[in-house]
Amino acid sequence: MRAMVYRGPYRVRVEEKDVPPIEHPNDAIVRVTAAAICGSDLHLYHGLMPDTRVGMTFGHEFIGVVEEVGSSVQNLKRGDRVMVPFNIFCGSCYFCTRGLYANCHNVNPNATAVGGIYGYSHTAGGYDGGQAEFVRVPFADVGPTIIPDWMSDEDAVMLTDALPTGYFGAQLGEIAEGDTVVVFGAGPIGLYAAKSSWLMGAGRVIVIDHLEYRLEKARTFAHAETYNFTEYDDIVVHLKKITDHLGADVAIDAVGAEADGNLLQHVTATKLKLQGGSPIALNWAIDSVRKAGTISVMGAYGPMFSAVKFGDAMNKGLTLRMNQCHVKRQWPRLFEHIQAGYLNPSDIVTHRIPLEHIAEGYHLFSAKLDECIKPIIIPTAS
Amino acid sequence: MPYTAEKPTPRETPEQLRARIPGWGADLDPADRPSYPKEQFLPTGAHWDFPERQVEKWPRERSIEHAFVTPVFGTSTPPKGLSGVIRKYAYRRFSEARAAHWLLLIAADRVDTAESAVTALLRGKPDNPVTETGILAESSPVADRVGQQRADAGHHALDPVIVAAPWVIGGGLAFSAVRALVRRRRG
Ligand SMILES: [Zn+2]
Ligand SMILES: [Zn+2]
Repeated sequence: MRAMVYRGPYRVRVEEKDVPPIEHPNDAIVRVTAAAICGSDLHLYHGLMPDTRVGMTFGHEFIGVVEEVGSSVQNLKRGDRVMVPFNIFCGSCYFCTRGLYANCHNVNPNATAVGGIYGYSHTAGGYDGGQAEFVRVPFADVGPTIIPDWMSDEDAVMLTDALPTGYFGAQLGEIAEGDTVVVFGAGPIGLYAAKSSWLMGAGRVIVIDHLEYRLEKARTFAHAETYNFTEYDDIVVHLKKITDHLGADVAIDAVGAEADGNLLQHVTATKLKLQGGSPIALNWAIDSVRKAGTISVMGAYGPMFSAVKFGDAMNKGLTLRMNQCHVKRQWPRLFEHIQAGYLNPSDIVTHRIPLEHIAEGYHLFSAKLDECIKPIIIPTAS
Repeated sequence: MPYTAEKPTPRETPEQLRARIPGWGADLDPADRPSYPKEQFLPTGAHWDFPERQVEKWPRERSIEHAFVTPVFGTSTPPKGLSGVIRKYAYRRFSEARAAHWLLLIAADRVDTAESAVTALLRGKPDNPVTETGILAESSPVADRVGQQRADAGHHALDPVIVAAPWVIGGGLAFSAVRALVRRRRG
């Protein structure tokens, strides 16, 4: 089969690989029909995530058709059109039985702090991902769901991570009616988080980024009020000024480890790998939210320490909430919102790229060329 | 104003918001939001108490904070070469709590890149920096990109240094290792 393969920082190529075999009785092999590149894939692509091995196939956002099932699989059969949450989870451990699917303890021998994620380095379990023609899907009775007939492929791909994560970000903000919500980052997660904040009754939604085309999308897609942080000497002061010097009630970090905005942070984290991620957006969130406010962290950070302003968070009495999204818990409600027309997830898809051109896809997305917001990879188009 | 007791007046009423934003307030009740309460049992489809164990085809490296290799695990890329030795040491010796664990793994990643470039060359499938970096994407509508905002411009100057550094350091280490070996033989 053809598969995307990591060759080192900033380099990927397409190679011929063996079709993955069934390795566990509850495995399924899925023929991928569409996959996406995620902002968090860029942390791998840039060589930021420890134990990212040459030869690995990335991709934790994908849908496909069941090709083969293991002997114990009861809920899926060959030919089923399925969407697969980015979390790999067993369904039976301490955490899964409490609904914390992202924190499953039975799928990642490499780390206890991280769950299992497709195509996300050995730090997340060493599973090959879905930017390929075929992918191994463990716990086929637990993770995947058959895609409803009415749902489009592109909406289904957005439901494997980006939309549930953005929605979950708004949810962890514990938004009360009329709250002012500030979202850092107008990428896919930030756009969905901003849009979801309204569903939870926000009175005002503000989005911060530095790319004008993304802020434009935040205005049109997410009905948000937007500010470009490069136009202000100090974005924290500006946020105070526009919120009566109180600060926002809720702040959502939808940026994570590779935030731009502070060269020292960028160099020590992204370039020298001395931090688990440059927490510029998180620090802005801490300083711009009101005292006793809530911060929801959806941005991805590495396992190393990061220079976070905990003193301010403590003195302000903030609530910090965070987790990887338990994707499958969000699906029933998100299906309803899509059917009701409240959410149109595929509106943010900007690029459809054949697998053979995935190297260009990564470069385009990494450099934010051609107003790229969300690229989709089509394995069979080449 | 936070300097007095009253809350700032909302800019828009719920009616105005509902009219402007499709679905405004659909999930207004926190107790009715998905994932609430945070910890609750929902049927997962699992029909086992503890999953059957996947066959370990090679000694699977694991965090020493785990009691054993988890019943299911990824088999993407087994450790190999010098980078594999470093990785196995990082797992065997240091917990996830130790910076050394992660720094060794990142060092192994850089070694892996260099090792893999050499083996790919020997196998007749050499790396192609032009196609693999995707810079061909720059060439399509070049004219359209003049003056376009891009996220990587801020660190363009640093990139060559960072990309070349592992090669220069690796080459230097290899050179001094060979020199030391030769000197020892002669001595
Ligand atoms: Zn993702
Ligand atoms: Zn579990």
